[in-house]
Amino acid sequence: MTPTAERSLTTYLVGFVLAVVLTAIPFAVVWGGLLTGPAVYAVIAVAAVLQVMVHLVFFLHLNFKSTPAENLFFLAFAAVLIIIMVGGSLWIMNDLHHRMM
Amino acid sequence: MLGRLTVEALPFYSWVAMGGAFVTVAGGVAVFLLITYLRAWKVLWTDWLTSVDHKKIGIMYVILALVMLVRGFVDALMMRAQQAIALNSEGYLPPEHFEQIFSSHGTIMIFFVAMPFLTGLINIIVPQQIGARDVAFPFLNSVSLWMTATGAALVLVSLVIGKFSQAGWTGYPPYSGIEYSPGVGVDYWLWALIVSGVGSTLSGINFIVTIVKNRCPGMTFMRMPMFTWTTLCISILIAFAFPALTVVAAQLTLDRTLGFHFFTNGDGGNMMMYANLLWIWGHPEVYILILPAFGIFSEVVATFSRKRLFGYPSLVYATACIALLSFTVWLHHFFTMGSSANVNAVFGIATMIIAVPTGVKIFDWLFTMFRGRIEFHPSMVFTIGFMVTFVIGGVTGVLLALPPADYLMHNSTFLVAHFHNMLIPGALFGYFAGLNYWFPKAFGFKLDRKWGIRSFWFWLIGFYLAFMPLYVLGFMGMSRRMEHYADPNWQPYLVVAALGAICVLIGIACIAIQLVVSARNWGSSRDITGDPWNGRTLEWATSSPPAPYNFAIIPDVSDIDAFHEMKIRGTAYAPPVRYQDIVMPKSTPLGPILGALAFGLGFAFVWYIWWLVALCFVLSLVCVGIRACDDNSEFVLPAAEVAKIESARLAQISPADLHDMRDFVPLGEASGEALPGRGM
Repeated sequence: MTPTAERSLTTYLVGFVLAVVLTAIPFAVVWGGLLTGPAVYAVIAVAAVLQVMVHLVFFLHLNFKSTPAENLFFLAFAAVLIIIMVGGSLWIMNDLHHRMM
Repeated sequence: MLGRLTVEALPFYSWVAMGGAFVTVAGGVAVFLLITYLRAWKVLWTDWLTSVDHKKIGIMYVILALVMLVRGFVDALMMRAQQAIALNSEGYLPPEHFEQIFSSHGTIMIFFVAMPFLTGLINIIVPQQIGARDVAFPFLNSVSLWMTATGAALVLVSLVIGKFSQAGWTGYPPYSGIEYSPGVGVDYWLWALIVSGVGSTLSGINFIVTIVKNRCPGMTFMRMPMFTWTTLCISILIAFAFPALTVVAAQLTLDRTLGFHFFTNGDGGNMMMYANLLWIWGHPEVYILILPAFGIFSEVVATFSRKRLFGYPSLVYATACIALLSFTVWLHHFFTMGSSANVNAVFGIATMIIAVPTGVKIFDWLFTMFRGRIEFHPSMVFTIGFMVTFVIGGVTGVLLALPPADYLMHNSTFLVAHFHNMLIPGALFGYFAGLNYWFPKAFGFKLDRKWGIRSFWFWLIGFYLAFMPLYVLGFMGMSRRMEHYADPNWQPYLVVAALGAICVLIGIACIAIQLVVSARNWGSSRDITGDPWNGRTLEWATSSPPAPYNFAIIPDVSDIDAFHEMKIRGTAYAPPVRYQDIVMPKSTPLGPILGALAFGLGFAFVWYIWWLVALCFVLSLVCVGIRACDDNSEFVLPAAEVAKIESARLAQISPADLHDMRDFVPLGEASGEALPGRGM
């Protein structure tokens, strides 16, 4: 195996292990009942966001050196949109929550 | 065996419903017999239905849109007729039928007229505008077309077998939930949305990749034609907004079919989340429909004013601004749901801000026309009609953006008038302008001018007659979707609105006549040069209709109006030194087959025919597998063949056919107004 291929195989393996760990944590928290209340949601959310980043860096090889600037631009745009959608929904639904009581 | 599908699904419950079913079936049979009579099945299958050529796919999209426009318009005509006579009486439509009609009108017009129309125009033109030979993923393009057609087919079938949704085109729960709508209508609506939504999402991804990766050398982002820019922006909107629709439709399907509780009151469900998610898709969708029309207006205005587009960078930035802002205003569709004042105020202000970049565009178009040599071609006339009418809709939109005012006008006919005022001039007039403008590019002959102008006037006058009374009625307190009413003061306005609908009907007839007359005069209105209007952008550099590969030699551009510059410099029709082999994608029957399987899947889900669901699903996976293993999906068009096609074309063009470019000054030599394209 050439050194580059070896390096990329290592990257995939590291990414795979991280992805498995980040999947196992939320399962463990819910199944094992390690935490209760809002802490559960926080752990799941953080693990999900980290999972996305692991995929981008280790599987899609995103970095600030070799990735073209326009791809990074589109990704940043995507991040802004997701923040608007998810953040906006949380804000709106929390604001309306008293109507479901 | 057949789930809940029984003989009772046939529409024997009312004469009007039976009539609709009869017309649908008769139309299908007539088309079948016509194709058989012309012995066109083989040609249709090999040259069109299985084609992955972006131009043919685009034409099929536009045909789908025009057919569905007629269906959706019949719904509109029936509603106008009902409201014109239903003062203190039942009219001629029972309430449950009237509800189906307004639900299908909205669904059809948004998903199966506007979406395929714009996708079709984009398909035909954008690859040519960026100097590309095809889209990035030709097979995916075919799948998108057939998913959209499948959605349309589900809506049409609901007219004959079963009923369509009665929950409005937005389908809010709890009414659209299984408890209050136990029939198949909402399921038809959901599956039409899900299947066609898959098609739209794939189209969006396809065009993002096409525009980012397939531009010809020299075409930087800031040299792309405006229509390509708007396409790029809406493709991004599609890729991000449509998943929200797919998710919300899937959630409602789970609620209805498998007893989930996403949107029911019990067990932690929250129906307000439905409105939230639907409009996260819904507001960007408005701009998905309107921005391509803005792109068309930009091309048309520059071409028929014989001037460079005024303020190109500001138009680009305004488009990008609108695209981003369109994701920040969705709550204005449900101000009255009862958010606190702060939430409503933030979204109200964001809504008003979005009018600013739109205003910038209007001024850019006006300044392009200023001191131009304007030619009143039908597409230019549609553009001018749009500018005047759209501003009225914009003003009422800013009015509705104020939450206190919205509380008064929410769900009134004022709102109905407002959004029709945005979408008919803003989107549909643009598509009609595009139809008149690009028709010769797609078919090789020009559309009849006289009937084009006539269709414009009937559409414009019909629009004002049909919707200005609805603004007034909104102020008088009439709410939308009323099957009958008791206030005699409303009736005169509703009669005028019905007359407006008849006027629009004549406008549609004019378009049909225009197509027939133009086809008949085919020989005398041929477009030999491929550039009938003295165009400015690269799509006019190809022949009309273009060769399958569009460009024998990929152009190298150095300006925004690339083709205009080539003509001034005299390089536009120069034959190249030598031709090269061109790799082309092969046609494949898998697109229509996947469409048919998706239809089977959707239909089986609607009627709970579970074995058919499983069968269609497995077969779809098999098809995808077959395609994935097919390493032989392309063929090579030899250079000799290309040389033959190209020299035949160039031999036809005589210098007398070419446009006189002596009045125009090459860009580099013009003083002051030079606007060099910048890289990004």
